[in-house]
Amino acid sequence: MKNKFLGDMKKTTKNNIFTLAICFIAFCVVTTMIMTGSASRHMKSLLVPICINIILTVSLNLVIGFLGELSLGHAGFMSVGAYTGCLFSIYFEEILPIIVRLPLAILFGGLCAAVFGIIVGVPVLRLKGDYLAIVTLAFGEILRSVMINLEFTGGASGLKGTPQDSSFNLGFICVVITLILIMNLVDSKHGRAIMALRDNSIAASAVGINTNKYKLMVFTISAFFAGVAGVIYGHNYSIVTAGTFDYNKSIEILVMVVLGGIGNIRGSVISATFITILPEMLRGYALDDYRMLIYAVVLIVMMLLGTSEKFMFLRYKFSPKRLWSKTKNEVKLRKENI
Amino acid sequence: MNFLSNLISGLSLGSIYALIALGYTMVYGIAKMLNFAHGDIIMVGAFATIVFINNLGLPMIVGVLLSVVVCVVVGVLVERIAYKPLRSSPPLSVLITAIGVSYFLQSLAQVIFGTNQKNFPKFIEITPVHINELTIKGESIVTMTVTFSLMVALSLFISKTKIGKAMRAVSEDKQAAELMGISVNKTITITFAIGSALASVAGSFYGLTYGFIGPYSGSMPGIKAFVAAVFGGIGSIPGAMLGGILLGIIENLAKAYVSTELSDAIVFGVLIVVLLVKPTGLLGKKTNEKV
Repeated sequence: MKNKFLGDMKKTTKNNIFTLAICFIAFCVVTTMIMTGSASRHMKSLLVPICINIILTVSLNLVIGFLGELSLGHAGFMSVGAYTGCLFSIYFEEILPIIVRLPLAILFGGLCAAVFGIIVGVPVLRLKGDYLAIVTLAFGEILRSVMINLEFTGGASGLKGTPQDSSFNLGFICVVITLILIMNLVDSKHGRAIMALRDNSIAASAVGINTNKYKLMVFTISAFFAGVAGVIYGHNYSIVTAGTFDYNKSIEILVMVVLGGIGNIRGSVISATFITILPEMLRGYALDDYRMLIYAVVLIVMMLLGTSEKFMFLRYKFSPKRLWSKTKNEVKLRKENI
Repeated sequence: MNFLSNLISGLSLGSIYALIALGYTMVYGIAKMLNFAHGDIIMVGAFATIVFINNLGLPMIVGVLLSVVVCVVVGVLVERIAYKPLRSSPPLSVLITAIGVSYFLQSLAQVIFGTNQKNFPKFIEITPVHINELTIKGESIVTMTVTFSLMVALSLFISKTKIGKAMRAVSEDKQAAELMGISVNKTITITFAIGSALASVAGSFYGLTYGFIGPYSGSMPGIKAFVAAVFGGIGSIPGAMLGGILLGIIENLAKAYVSTELSDAIVFGVLIVVLLVKPTGLLGKKTNEKV
């Protein structure tokens, strides 16, 4: 018998619950492994970076997959969050207890990043496509060089002294909150408006969707979550250097988004986890030198397989779904003939 | 006098940027794609020059010319393998593929040559020229002579020859050009070949100016040349030249008078301001979007 409760739900809601369920199961498995002591120290050290990368990837996917604009400055927002959140924690370390300070630091870092999201979002309203991509890239580079030159950010040697408060539990809670908020946003009226803008901005504005408002909104929200990821990052390593947040970091997040599937949140979660673990798994083998090479080849092949007309046709021709339905139809036809 | 010598070294750097920016802008004008891997072609060219001159001991001109050949082959191969199947795909996926190619070239260079930076051979030794108190470095003179003559040659090629005409036609309207009997694919390949050749020359002079080349050396001049192309109006050839030269001058003056570390930030800041005022760059054409 079909479950009535599940049967009545929207397909997207089911999908979202499934994504969250995967996360919970993974969390439970990992926690049990830590409890029973079967997790190595090396593995434990990867848990927080996985959470950070999931938040970054999901938030960038909001811009790329749902708004349809390319942002190459995501690491810049992350750095704003990391610096402001860590400075907050350093100043209030003695004053506030950790249970109050840490959420406040995360919120503060996220909000500061969101302010920068608005600052970048304003030129975004005038620009499109490639010009937009270059402005976000330029913005990220400006932030990096400014932060190296500022006094209170510790300059080139980095900001030291942040308490190491990040834990897997904290990271997991942030991941779940991010996922719930972003999945609900995408499913809401606003999400549909954003996707309409992506599909055809002229048609969308013709039916009364406020283009500027939604573009700015997406940039701000995406920047906020990147900032949150930055705060967790800063509290995990306790040292923040501006060099970490360069153009390559942005590209790394972009690779995760693309491999997980543009506009697919569950894919982002999986690919962020996978790509964070992969280099560590390859480490120690002879493959270590070829890691980046493998990344690059995978990226190119994914794009060729995913979007080239020729390959799409081949994929359609040999897709199991189509072959299966074909055989079913043939059986049906044969039966009818008999 | 100090200002003048800064201006001249800025002009020399800017002419290198202009050469690279030409590759970006031509490919954008004709294939409507941002070739992010273009910066890494510079690195390939510079490494090829190092191998030909240092390791094989070839004379300077032969080495530089052979590196041009290597870059043209690499550029055309990249275009054929990675970009051609995506001709009708959304721009975003082409852009990401280009980023993938850029990663590929960088990590390939890292596997072959290691992560360390290599000394670039000083293949031209010219004594500096003194005019009163003003000193002009020998390399600057050679760089400017070569780059400016290449730019003139390119302009003539595009405005006078049949292939140049085909290139202009394809950039204006791909379908109409095809109906007139122009092979669009061939034209795009030629464009990539020319762009890569220019990038290779730029790579040699970049190596000569800085003295070191590593696997990631191409990305920064690549990004800056891209900025220069956008600055001048991407798709416009005079725009790329103007943008490149202006960018080099701004960067050098910022380095001399403001701060070395902040020079990149200033360059990018100027770009953002220009784009805010003129969203299609200095010499870019404004196109109205039709429904």
